[in-house]
Amino acid sequence: MTTKTKIPEVAVSQSTTDQGKWGMVIDQDICTGCQACVAACAMENNVSFVGEDDIAYGRGMHWIRIERFWKGDYPKVASSYQPMLCQQCGHAPCEPVCPVYAAVHSASEDLNLQVYNRCVGTRYCANNCPYQVRTFNWRDYARPEPLSNQLNPDVTVRQRGVMEKCTFCIQRINAVEDKAASENRQINDGEMLPACAQACPADAITFGRIDDPNSKVSQKARDGRGFMALEELGTLPRITYLKGGSLHGSNG
Amino acid sequence: MAATAKPIQSIHAQEAEDDLRENLLFDPRPRSEINSMVMESMQTAGWKFWAVTTFVALFVLVALFGVWIYLILNGMGVTGTDRPIYWGVFLSNTVFWIGISHTGAFVAALLRVIKTNFHHAITRVAEFMAVFGIIQTGLSVFFHLGRVWRSYWLIPFPNERGLWPDFHSPLSWDFMAITTYMIVSGLYLILPLIPDLAMLRDHSTGWRKNLYRILALGFRGTEDEWKHLRAAIKIFSFAMIPIMVSVTTVVSWDFAMATRPGWSSTVFGPFFVVGAFHSGVAALVALLALIRITMKNMKYFIRPETFDSLGKLMLIISMAWAYLYFNDYIVPWYGGTSLDRLLLKFHETGPFAPMFYLMLTFNAVIPWALLWNKKIRRSPWVMFIIGLLIVIGMWFERFLIVPGSLTISANPFTWRIYQISWVEVSLTLGTVAFFALLYLLASRFLPFISPWEVQEGQESHTIRKVGKAGLPSASDID
Repeated sequence: MTTKTKIPEVAVSQSTTDQGKWGMVIDQDICTGCQACVAACAMENNVSFVGEDDIAYGRGMHWIRIERFWKGDYPKVASSYQPMLCQQCGHAPCEPVCPVYAAVHSASEDLNLQVYNRCVGTRYCANNCPYQVRTFNWRDYARPEPLSNQLNPDVTVRQRGVMEKCTFCIQRINAVEDKAASENRQINDGEMLPACAQACPADAITFGRIDDPNSKVSQKARDGRGFMALEELGTLPRITYLKGGSLHGSNG
Repeated sequence: MAATAKPIQSIHAQEAEDDLRENLLFDPRPRSEINSMVMESMQTAGWKFWAVTTFVALFVLVALFGVWIYLILNGMGVTGTDRPIYWGVFLSNTVFWIGISHTGAFVAALLRVIKTNFHHAITRVAEFMAVFGIIQTGLSVFFHLGRVWRSYWLIPFPNERGLWPDFHSPLSWDFMAITTYMIVSGLYLILPLIPDLAMLRDHSTGWRKNLYRILALGFRGTEDEWKHLRAAIKIFSFAMIPIMVSVTTVVSWDFAMATRPGWSSTVFGPFFVVGAFHSGVAALVALLALIRITMKNMKYFIRPETFDSLGKLMLIISMAWAYLYFNDYIVPWYGGTSLDRLLLKFHETGPFAPMFYLMLTFNAVIPWALLWNKKIRRSPWVMFIIGLLIVIGMWFERFLIVPGSLTISANPFTWRIYQISWVEVSLTLGTVAFFALLYLLASRFLPFISPWEVQEGQESHTIRKVGKAGLPSASDID
């Protein structure tokens, strides 16, 4: 006699209701342009080191960069810094142009993600990004001996020919969410920190839930100095910059 | 004295009739003679031909396939593309070759539909241009892809990933447009070729006979077969015109749908169609001139009168192109953002100025200055040079649109000037050489002139006398 084993039904469900929107506030008034965020991000996310020649050509692959702008003529010159990273647009120009669904919007985290395995390298997304924050693996970059030991096991490495970009440290978001779920509680404000915010010595970067009006990031975003980069394009960025400069003190 | 004087009207009528007599259609020869002329042109080739072909083939092998393998193995880093110029010369080559290719079948179809009296001997060359050009288009796209070994993911097919291509993406439309055009232009080349292949099968011996027997698909020339063939050619001719317009427009949407300054323009559809037409007819004229000069017996088929007619077409298209270019210029100048205006300044006085002015000279000034002249239109060498200059000018135009516009973006921190690398130069020249190689090889195996179409045109066209003037008249066959 043979018994038929019933295959258990597995329902895949994804709840989006209790998940929040993550957001960031960057205070340009206290950013010193020290580039600690750039280094921390590269360490955390296994960003390739492209070598002298390519970095001089402009092919640095950092997911966050410090844009330095000069104002005035020498010797009365002032500088201002704007850390530029993926704005995790709510209405992202990079997403609809990808023919193979490599640039997608995740339902659970409500973030703008890049699926490296699907990418064929048309580079349309990077062309269409008004912030120019996507980086392309122009080559396979070597990781000489000590560097090969510092790879973050939570983050995949990327092949030549695929596009990549800031993920808001989604591996950390998942870890914090898992921990909170296992302890049966909500995520505390400030519990989740991306590498850039963690490394910032001036605490210019604040990260948190922007759907919670009492979170630190929401309160800061409501500061009168807040603006969004290239807001007029209608991309609905998830990052709010706080204006710095002469009216609000100097950052030069 | 009175006996020698002629009325002025009669002199003009006589001249017009003499002009008509120069037309291929009013200078008929027996079909057997036309057949043997075409076959002779295919089968006689000196050592010079084979030397050139070998050289071009070696060049294609090294500069196209060799360098492409190098590019695949090393990644896109060997090209000059970089943020924010993610689309370099490969994509501008793609647009350029699409233009050449799309015009090939389009001009053949258009001339067949409007029943001109000069198309019978040139449609085949134009159809070859469509097929050989679209091959270069496809290659240029593949050069561009970061992971070309995954390029089949652009094809909509049921797969283990459970994913279709994203039909929101203009690149998906583009992929389907290019594939559609590849199929349609291939069929449009084959259909009128079948009777010629049957003729070649009946008149050749040895391996050629076997080759043509397979290619001719058993065509015997019965009344029924001709009826079906004519109907099919007619359907394709009419269908080709909307296909070309829509497919070229879809290609333009790759750019028009993007957010970059200089690209997001609503005039890009017609602008690209007319641009394609401009480059394609110029390329056709240059090719016809080369074929006339180098191949045997072609002076009978491709006549100054052909260049005269195509020259008029070129002049009109050049004016249409200039109008649309002016439109594409004046609208951003008047209503564009500061970035759009900056881009125009780059064209006028900035780093693109030499290319911009050369492009305007080649595409508008030279055709306008020269093509009104009948003598110039009727001399193949001059037409070859004008055609070549327009082709180069249109390549400049595509270059200025693709990597040129990408120089600036909404984020000023990343602006930079595109530097073309030797890999890109090599692959660009490689596609040109591959295009030439396909023509060189095709000239040995397939007829560049369609004897049945020429014969049909000659039989159906006569000069009818109306009073003292001779008027061309076409019967229903044509």
